[in-house]
Amino acid sequence: MDNNKNWIDQRFPLTKVWNEHLAEYYTPRNFNFWYFFGSLAILVLVIQLITGIFLTMHFKPEAGLAFDSVEYIMRDVDWGWLIRYMHSTGASAFFVVVYLHMYRALIYGSYKAPRELIWIIGMVIYIALMAEAFMGYVLPWGQMSYWGAQVIISLFGSVPVIGPDLLVWILGDYAVGDAALNRFFSLHVIAMPLILVVLVFLHIVALHTVGSNNPDGIEIKKNKDKNGIPKDGIPFHPYYSVKDIVGVVVFLMIFSAVIFFAPALNGYFLEHANFVEANPLKTPEHIAPLWYLTPFYSVLRAIPPMFGSQFPGVLAMFAALLIFFALPWLDRSKVKSIRYRSLPYKIALGIFVVSFVWLGYLGMQPVTPMNAFLARVFTATYFGFFILMPWFTSIGQTKPVPERLTGV
Amino acid sequence: MKNIKIFTAFILVLFGANVIAASSNVKLESANTDISDYDSLKRGAKHFMNYCSGCHSIELMRYNRIGQDLGMSEDEVVSDLLYAGSKSGEKMKSAISTSASTKWFGGTPPDLSLTSRSRGVDWIYSYLKGFYPDPKRTFGVNNHVLANASMPDVLWSLRQSKSAEAFDQDVRDITNFLDYVGEPAKLVRVDLGIKVMLFLAVLLVLSYLLKKEYWKDVKYGKWKAK
Repeated sequence: MDNNKNWIDQRFPLTKVWNEHLAEYYTPRNFNFWYFFGSLAILVLVIQLITGIFLTMHFKPEAGLAFDSVEYIMRDVDWGWLIRYMHSTGASAFFVVVYLHMYRALIYGSYKAPRELIWIIGMVIYIALMAEAFMGYVLPWGQMSYWGAQVIISLFGSVPVIGPDLLVWILGDYAVGDAALNRFFSLHVIAMPLILVVLVFLHIVALHTVGSNNPDGIEIKKNKDKNGIPKDGIPFHPYYSVKDIVGVVVFLMIFSAVIFFAPALNGYFLEHANFVEANPLKTPEHIAPLWYLTPFYSVLRAIPPMFGSQFPGVLAMFAALLIFFALPWLDRSKVKSIRYRSLPYKIALGIFVVSFVWLGYLGMQPVTPMNAFLARVFTATYFGFFILMPWFTSIGQTKPVPERLTGV
Repeated sequence: MKNIKIFTAFILVLFGANVIAASSNVKLESANTDISDYDSLKRGAKHFMNYCSGCHSIELMRYNRIGQDLGMSEDEVVSDLLYAGSKSGEKMKSAISTSASTKWFGGTPPDLSLTSRSRGVDWIYSYLKGFYPDPKRTFGVNNHVLANASMPDVLWSLRQSKSAEAFDQDVRDITNFLDYVGEPAKLVRVDLGIKVMLFLAVLLVLSYLLKKEYWKDVKYGKWKAK
């Protein structure tokens, strides 16, 4: 064994990589519940890649065949229903774990210096994931696939001057149809997964360069022993690898409960209307994207058309997404963790979370005067969180941050 | 523990709120079907063939698949389900031609393979029971659930032949059958799910004990860097 190891190590830094990223990667010893979601996101990515490979073997990316080929997978392919449900549930599960992962970054200030790049790469992953999920949702070619695509793609048509040409360029046709389905399939199974895997790799490399943050928001590298090892650090492997296995099993229990007992989750993971084949002549009563995109869809609808154009709403929607990139520089607080933050920050974060969840809820509802009003209020508070952040993070009394990790 | 409470509340807010949104304007009766009741499914299949399949296809289904799933012999499939002239491996098409249906109903009656998934079983059950006399309509009937449906009340002879409870059971059987047709995997996935959950429960205990064993080092400060 040792000889083999030497043989490989002379040609490839196997032991070095293993030590740097696992066995001698020192991690704060006080990770809590919120720290499971990074490893779970990788797990879901792997589930999506593997189930996706098998789905691709049977799916037909052709407008006349796509819908039936999905039902063929559900009925005639051995274990096809399980693979398909794993993939469709996996899409929603991906966003569940990613949203919780991002919320962790918010409460413990993981985006603050020196981890700005980790945050930025993470945000690019999030946006790539949205594109990936959107294009994947078009593939089963149900009514919601078709009309959802119609609504989202038409946004690009609202861009001034180049809009109409841009639309045709994206669709390869004048309407959503076979050409769009084919290119979305290509992007969904090749381009986006490749991009996602590379981005996740970069995310982890950046993380392992500066080291993980923790619920106290203290840099453990400031307190090292005589061997240069952080006093509050423990090696990722075996301690967090065995701990993450527990998280994985709990996750798989929830994941399996959905797959086996409620795979459509009452229309939230698989929409009822999507069991009707796409019909360009029949607009559904109510078009809404799947739950993970609805906060931004709400922002889009909250902004009224200006100068006869929907473009301001489209801009607002993208702004709502892109403003996350500025977070590390908007936050002026000296402390990272919610445990030591000032009261104004805690209140603002609470308002932001409520706004985000409400926008998500409203995005699934039909527009009524009351809903439109609420969407505008929450759009304002959503943007307010970012715009006012330099102010509310520099007022109020923060609590003293301890020298060493607490609660171990 | 506090974190888990916050997490649970978060999930409830996320999904609980949406359940309200799913309600429709027509009050639907609960179908109360039981997909594990194979006798009900077989009766439903028979009724479907007798009363529905003349006009409605279930093209995503094959005759012999029903036989395999419900434990019917090849002979039973032929005698109970098959149209004369069709083979048991064929897809279940309707008897009516497009030109005839257009002439009689003004369109092709929809394929019902996925109706249980797009509309739900309660909708099917309520719709089939929802016919009432309306002389203004071509067939003399209208429907509470789907106003101005162009479908005649095909179950009227069945309704008149028996008690209200027995008729409800017939409608329930047809609904149950369509629920199965919408998702044949539903017959097996719940049982398999229970086994998977039990396996994961055992794995959870083992993985927790493993974690606890390793983390003793951290708790008592015993681990040493290499």
